[in-house]
Amino acid sequence: MTLSASEIERYARHLVLREIGGPGQARLAAARVLVIGAGGLGSPLLQYLAAAGIGGIGLIDDDVVSLSNLQRQVIHGTGDIGKPKTNSVAAALERLNPHVRYEPHETRLTAKNARELVRGYDIVADGSDNFDTRYAVSDACFYEKKPLITAALGVFDGSLTTIRAHERRPDGSLNPTYRCLFPTPPPPGAVPACAEAGVLGALAGVIGSLMAIEVVREIVGFGEGLVGRLLMVDTRSMRFETVSYGWDEHNPLSGERARSVE
Amino acid sequence: MKLSYFAWVRERIGKSEEEIELPSHVATINDLLGWLKGRGEEYAHAFEHAEVVRAAIDRRHARPETSIAGAREIAFFPPMTGG
Repeated sequence: MTLSASEIERYARHLVLREIGGPGQARLAAARVLVIGAGGLGSPLLQYLAAAGIGGIGLIDDDVVSLSNLQRQVIHGTGDIGKPKTNSVAAALERLNPHVRYEPHETRLTAKNARELVRGYDIVADGSDNFDTRYAVSDACFYEKKPLITAALGVFDGSLTTIRAHERRPDGSLNPTYRCLFPTPPPPGAVPACAEAGVLGALAGVIGSLMAIEVVREIVGFGEGLVGRLLMVDTRSMRFETVSYGWDEHNPLSGERARSVE
Repeated sequence: MKLSYFAWVRERIGKSEEEIELPSHVATINDLLGWLKGRGEEYAHAFEHAEVVRAAIDRRHARPETSIAGAREIAFFPPMTGG
């Protein structure tokens, strides 16, 4: 792939990085990333992915913009209220970077359609707002062998990890699945939702931007990613901590029982 | 031993961390969860659905039946769902 003069100028600050450079920028341009949800996490994530020159960006969202979204979902504006989020994102990405091919999916991801939706992409970034979607996405990524960046928000807290459950570590052992860390979805009502509990607006910006870094890292390949590590961010006390986790033989996707069925 | 709490577990307990002396019968993560639940309403509320709260011993994720012998720090972190 050859970059035009204007692309060389646009991506200059990435092109000078030894870790990205021309080859890394070409990988970004060739990559197809699927983003789940254009909410608090999806807003900065979509913007940084487009600005970085990701070649193809898919978005799954079936929601419309509402006034109470705007405190943290900064990709949408006041004039977008009532419009599908996939539409306001189209306008925002076009404004940011016309080189990006944007593919809106104005639909809800479910356990039924998840595998088909993720199949057409190289990497998936989940910023959805419910457990049904989170488990459906992570299971689909396991079966379709797609890397997954998954993040979530609490009131003052965020968490982020990278799943490459279809691959092995250098020592030959399997990488963990999302279910190795969180085996089963919590019962309804056990975990407070943002709508009731509230959420600090700029926290979504922090965690969504960290997701964008992890997506770029997984595509370009530099440093040390979050496979087997959960980053926890507590903005009440500004604690950033990581917890390591490994493959669990009890997990239903790649655990001993699942493998004996194969 | 140091205990640290994250997200809604911390919000319900009302503190990020604390130093505690554990009674000798508390041998596993599960024992610790049971013991913590008896420390007051805020703990009972935080660990009301103890089965969904995850634990890490010295920054390493550990299943509920894991022994806590020799642990310096145990962190409790729950799943979150906001996006």
